[in-house]
Amino acid sequence: MDFVHQHLPALVVALPLVTGLVTAMVGRRGAGWWIAMGSSAAVFALCAQLLANVAGGGSQSVTYLLGNWPIPYGIGLVVDPLNAAVLATVALIGCVVTLYARRSMAQEVPEDRSHFFWALWQFCQVGLLGITITGDAFNFYVLLEISSLSTYTLIAMGKGRDRRALTAAINYLVIGSIGACFYLLGVAYLYMVTGSLNMADIHARLQDIFATWGTDAPVYRKTVIAGFAFIMVGLSLKLALFPLHLWLPNAYTYAPAAVTALLASTATKVGAYGFIRVIYTVVGPDFAWRYLHSDYILMICAMMAILGGSLMAIRQVNVKKLLAYSSIGQIGYIALGIASDNVYGLQAAIIHIFNHALTKGAMFMAVGCVLYRVGGVRLEHLRGLGRKMPLTMAAFTIGGLGLIGVPMTAGFVSKWYLVGGTLERGWMGAAGVVLVGSVLALVYTWRCIESIYFGKREEGAPEVREAPLSMLVPTLLLAVASLYFGMDSRLTSDISAQAAHFLLGVRP
Amino acid sequence: MQIVQDYYNYWICIALMMVGLYGVIAKTNLVKKAISLGLFQTGILVFYITIAKIEGGTGPVTVSPLAGEPIYSNPLPHALMLTAIVVGVSTLAVAMALIINIREKYGTIDEHDIHRMEHEMQD
Repeated sequence: MDFVHQHLPALVVALPLVTGLVTAMVGRRGAGWWIAMGSSAAVFALCAQLLANVAGGGSQSVTYLLGNWPIPYGIGLVVDPLNAAVLATVALIGCVVTLYARRSMAQEVPEDRSHFFWALWQFCQVGLLGITITGDAFNFYVLLEISSLSTYTLIAMGKGRDRRALTAAINYLVIGSIGACFYLLGVAYLYMVTGSLNMADIHARLQDIFATWGTDAPVYRKTVIAGFAFIMVGLSLKLALFPLHLWLPNAYTYAPAAVTALLASTATKVGAYGFIRVIYTVVGPDFAWRYLHSDYILMICAMMAILGGSLMAIRQVNVKKLLAYSSIGQIGYIALGIASDNVYGLQAAIIHIFNHALTKGAMFMAVGCVLYRVGGVRLEHLRGLGRKMPLTMAAFTIGGLGLIGVPMTAGFVSKWYLVGGTLERGWMGAAGVVLVGSVLALVYTWRCIESIYFGKREEGAPEVREAPLSMLVPTLLLAVASLYFGMDSRLTSDISAQAAHFLLGVRP
Repeated sequence: MQIVQDYYNYWICIALMMVGLYGVIAKTNLVKKAISLGLFQTGILVFYITIAKIEGGTGPVTVSPLAGEPIYSNPLPHALMLTAIVVGVSTLAVAMALIINIREKYGTIDEHDIHRMEHEMQD
C-alpha cells in the first residue's frame, strides 16, 4: 500500500496505459470489458484518494517527479486542488460509462473489433487523465494527441450504424490536428523566450520578462503574445469554443452511444481545464486579462456560444445532435466563468465542469438506451416513450431540467455561481445572456419532453421495453447524482472554492 | 529585404506551414488534405529544430577532454521532435485508415461529392 500511496499520480496514468495494451493483446472476446472496467474502477479509487489528499491535507500543490528527475529537467506530475477535482470527474464518468458501454457497444461494434474498442477506450482515458495531471507543456501535447487519436478512431466505429461517422471522424481529425499543432507552435514560442517546458518554471521565468515590459526596453513582447495566442486557439479547438466548434455536432451525433457519453462529459471538460491551467498558472491572469484584455474576447465568444449553441439546438430533429449543440452552449457557460476572473466565476466554471459532466452524461446515456431499444433518436422516435421506458425517460428529464437550471438540480448551482461571478465583474449583459440561455434551454428541452410524455407511438410500431439493467443503472446513477449535487452542493462548492482560491492566490 | 535575409529560416517554416494550411482548407480530395496536414506539421518540426540551432554548434558530444568546452546546439528540441514525428505518422496512419473506409462506404474520396451525398440523407 505504501508503494501505491507514494506513486499515486503516476499510477493514474500508467495503470490504464498498461491495461489498455494488455486488452489489445489479449484479444479474446468478452475479456476486454472486464479489463477496462477493472482498470477504470481502480483509477477512480486512485483519483478519489488524490482528491481526498488535496482537500484534507490543505497542501497547495504536490509535484511528483517522474523517474526522480529534478524539475525542470524531468517531467513533473502536479496535483493541486484544481486538477484533483477534474481528475476525479474524469475518472468517475469513465467508470460509470464503462459500466454502461458493455451492452451498448456489443450492439454497435462488430465482435472481432471489440478488443480494439476497449483498448482505445482506455487510451482515450489515459490521454485525458494525463493532460489533467501533467505539469509539462510538451507532455501535455503528447497526451492531447493520445486522447485525440483514440477519439477519432472511437468515433469512426459508429460506421456500422451510420456511415457519416467516418466523415465526422476525419473532419475532427483535420481540425483536431491543426488545433494540436497550434498548441505545439505556441509552446515553441514560449520555449524560445523561457528555455523551459515545465509549466511552473515557465511561469516563474515569464515574470522576469513581464517585469521589463513596464520599462523602456521591453523584451520578447511580441513572442510571448504570439505564443499565448497560438496556445489559446489550439485549446479552443479542443474545447469547441464557439466559432471553433464545427467538428463537434457531427462527431457527437454519429459516434457510438457510449463514446458520445464519454466524450461529452470528459473530453471538452479537459479542454476547459487546459484553458484554466494555461491562463491562471502558466501566463498568469495579470498578463492574459489585465495586460492583453483577452477576457473580453473570451466573454464575447462565450456569449455567442450560449446563444448560438442554444438556438441551433432548438432547430434540430435528431436528439443526439440537439444535445450536441446544447453542449456547445454549456461550454459557453464554463468559458464565461473562466473569463470573469473572480472567485465566484471560477467556482462556477469548476462546478459546471463537474455538474455538466453528470447532466450531459446522463442525457446521452438515456438517448443511448433509446437507440438500443428503438433503433433511432429522431424526435419522432421518442414519442410515447414516457410510458414504455419510464425510468430512462425520467433520467433524461432530470438531465433536461439540469440544462435549464431549475432549482434542486445541479445546473442551478452552477448558474447561481455564474450569475454571481458575472455581476461581481460588472458584466450585466453577460448575466442577462446566461438567463436568456436558460430560457432557450427550456425551449429545446420542452421539444423533447413534449414528444416523450405527450406524443403517441405510431399504430403498429414494434413493442419496446425498458432498457437492460446494465445500461439503466449507470444512467440513473448519474441522473440521481445530478439531483443530489443540486440539493446538497457543499462538497462541490467547498472543493471549487479551494481551487478558485488556489488559482487566484488569495486566502479563503 | 533585410528582414527576409536575417530570418530566412523562420520564413521557410512559415512558408511550409502556410502551404500546408492552404492545402487543408482548399483541397477537396481527402488524401491531399491529409498530405497538407503532414506538411503543416513538418513546418512546426522544422521550426523547433531551427530555434535549437546555434551558429557553429555541433552535437552535444565531447570528442576529447583536451578540446575544451564545445559549442553545441540545444539537443532538447531535437528529442521533442522525435516524439512529434511519431505523433505525426500516427495521425497520418489514422487519417489513411479513415479514408480507406470512406472510399468503401461512399465510393469517393472527394469532399464535395461526400457533402452532396450527406445532404440528401436524413438527419
